Amino acid sequence: MLSRRIPQWLQGMLRGAAMAGLAAVLPLSAHAADPKFPTAAVNTTGLAVTDDVVTVGQLHSVTGTMALSETGSVEAERLAITEINKAGGVLGRQIKIVQEDGASDWPTFAEKAKKLLVQDKAAAVFGCWTSASRKAVLPVFEKENGMLYYPTFYEGLEASKNVIYTGQEATQQIIWGLNWANKEKGAKTFFLIGSDYIWPRTSNKIARFHIERYLKDCKVVGEEYYPLGYTEFQSLINKVKLAKPNCIYSIIVGGSNVSWYKQLKAAGITGESLAKKKQILLTISTTEDEVRGIGGENVAGFYACMKYFQSLDNPNNKAFVPAFKAMWGKDSVIGDVSQAAYLGPWLWKATVEKAGSFDIDKIAAASEGVEFKGAPEGYVRIHKNHHLWSKARIGEMKLDGQYNVIAESPDLIEPNPFPKGYQ
Amino acid sequence: MHTLYNRALGGRSGTVGLALLCVLLFLIFPLALDNFRLNMMSKYLSYAFVAIGLVLCWGNGGILSLGQGLFWGFGGYCMAAFLKLEAARNIAAESGSDQIRALTTVGLPDFMDWNQITSLPYIWYPFKSFSLTILLVFVVPTLLAYIIGTAMFRRRVGGVYFALITQALCWIMEISFVTRQGWTGGINGITDLRTCLGWDIRTKSAQIILYFLTCGLLIGCILIGRFILSSKLGRILVAMRDGEDRVRFSGYSVSKLKTFIFCVAAAMSALGGALFALNVGFMSPKLVTIEPSIYMVIFCAVGGRNSLIGAVYGAILVSYGKTYFSEMFPNLWYFLMGGVFILVTRFFPDGLAGAVDYLGPMLGRKLFSWIGRAQANFPAAVVPIPVEANEGR
Repeated sequence: MLSRRIPQWLQGMLRGAAMAGLAAVLPLSAHAADPKFPTAAVNTTGLAVTDDVVTVGQLHSVTGTMALSETGSVEAERLAITEINKAGGVLGRQIKIVQEDGASDWPTFAEKAKKLLVQDKAAAVFGCWTSASRKAVLPVFEKENGMLYYPTFYEGLEASKNVIYTGQEATQQIIWGLNWANKEKGAKTFFLIGSDYIWPRTSNKIARFHIERYLKDCKVVGEEYYPLGYTEFQSLINKVKLAKPNCIYSIIVGGSNVSWYKQLKAAGITGESLAKKKQILLTISTTEDEVRGIGGENVAGFYACMKYFQSLDNPNNKAFVPAFKAMWGKDSVIGDVSQAAYLGPWLWKATVEKAGSFDIDKIAAASEGVEFKGAPEGYVRIHKNHHLWSKARIGEMKLDGQYNVIAESPDLIEPNPFPKGYQ
Repeated sequence: MHTLYNRALGGRSGTVGLALLCVLLFLIFPLALDNFRLNMMSKYLSYAFVAIGLVLCWGNGGILSLGQGLFWGFGGYCMAAFLKLEAARNIAAESGSDQIRALTTVGLPDFMDWNQITSLPYIWYPFKSFSLTILLVFVVPTLLAYIIGTAMFRRRVGGVYFALITQALCWIMEISFVTRQGWTGGINGITDLRTCLGWDIRTKSAQIILYFLTCGLLIGCILIGRFILSSKLGRILVAMRDGEDRVRFSGYSVSKLKTFIFCVAAAMSALGGALFALNVGFMSPKLVTIEPSIYMVIFCAVGGRNSLIGAVYGAILVSYGKTYFSEMFPNLWYFLMGGVFILVTRFFPDGLAGAVDYLGPMLGRKLFSWIGRAQANFPAAVVPIPVEANEGR
């Protein structure tokens, strides 16, 4: 749909314009309220719900440094909402979207969240990406009593009545992946690497604890942090070479990823060379979205632990991927977070229908146990701590930027945002 | 009384301008805007403090600082630290079986808990006291400005070099605040501020009161600025801007004067930052880095860098424009903002105040030449006299 020769920023603009157009066209069908669900009964707190339209907010960065990462989430949420509208909407009401730009700036996120809740009376908000943006809007959602569907895997240590976390909290992504590295790959020594902020630090803390306490004869041989956006990894690579860990455990985030993997390759560390020495590189921060920027040739043979990969082989995903590409272009890729963002609107719809109401308090109460069988990752269910039960999977990176799914946790993993003993 | 009228209020035209601003701030905005927008206005006005400081040190003193966010940020962080400690104490007091609340070590801000800090760092101790916090809001940034000022101006670092250094300092501040996560909240900043001395700052009534407080302090800053500019010091400042060497050769200590006005600007910025923390309930390193610092210079440039009142309008208009454009066109708003800046600087190099000074008399003359066909001498008396600060040019 979009030619390769169009520069990225222009593509962004065109997509944006398309989205804005779409948003304007969506609520076309006007019909009377579903007699089973009169507006007065399903909306007792003054949300933007009329007889035929319900307004929701969408709050991501479409400008600034985070725009590249958050675009996938914007697109996935739009797709889900379009599909829901086609299927008759929520309680007979079509969903209308008010989009706001967080501009990669946390205070702006807080301002726009307040605007969506106070002025637009959004019945739900799908948005945020970084932990910092979530922390910025959280007090607003709790004060104004809104409902946020947050898609990113994150550090945990949080559970709010006003947020549904559709990504994994740290333990869901880490523990099973480490067990896999230990059992399947025989990893005994681990080198922990991260960008310097709360998510990598908390994740590595959980990882270290698990390695030292629960994995037999295993130890951490190094732990290093670098500022966000850092690009000089030579000294780190030397340290890794000296320490000779069985497993390089990487939580490098965002743009730094490109330098990190390219410099690894330049230093002769590739999936192939590691395999010869019985070493692996396992990451929990690199999805298909990032690999598009890094280049598959720089990461082939490394492993990632996620809950979703675009190449997952199940009927839901086989319908989801083509639908996404039909809407957003055949070159688009879908990473773990985009998929989690896609779950948001569907889970909200299911919850509203279960509660028989749009009221925030009723949705919050009804969320426990809500399931979504059409999830591209397979099947998810909301836990009473507002996180999702979901599986963990290991993917091996391929030259074309896709992942080969080589392992999968047998059962859904229980979300545990406040892991005891891991603090 | 008469000197006060002439010096702080700036004579008749100054009084009229100030009165118009007061009517707008104290009457029109509170009546026309709903609570949410009024709170946004408080936020814009807390930026205006920086713009007023910049009018003093840049427009009149000729010191272009691209790092005012540094002082603004210190003021804001000091206030936020106090509010956060109070919030932490409250949460500890309310703590029950709720696992989120039970998580926090008693009386410790949540982000310290996440960073495995188990006791309050010494650097946070002063923020237990409100009066000490208010003192620090002013003292820390002013002292910092004094150190920077003495170090730079003594060595006659000025112009572009000084601007670059202030920008670098701003960046250093951001990096150090982001990396010292346990002390500062890192990239998340200090969030979820709730009460000030037991008074819930998130309620509607509190936000209205804070709005009026912000307006009052802003007018106070304008009066102080007017007072400085109309004094002998103000005139030397303008002279210094236009011919630094001549002032130096006349026997004045240029570096001391520059340091003084730079400190005044820093103190005003810090006050703005502290009010921001109260109004918005949030402080983030994103607010104190280079981008917002440049925005602050833009407020000043759009409003007119010579005019104290113009700077307030500049801050309001640019911030409102940012909000409005980004709400209307989430994907395109950066381009629209850029367009506005280009147009303003192209057509009104002296900003809005310049435009008013230029267009006002012209309109006035046209209007009165139309009325005054009968009364030939009337127009001359009503042509607005330019604000005194403009005479330097």
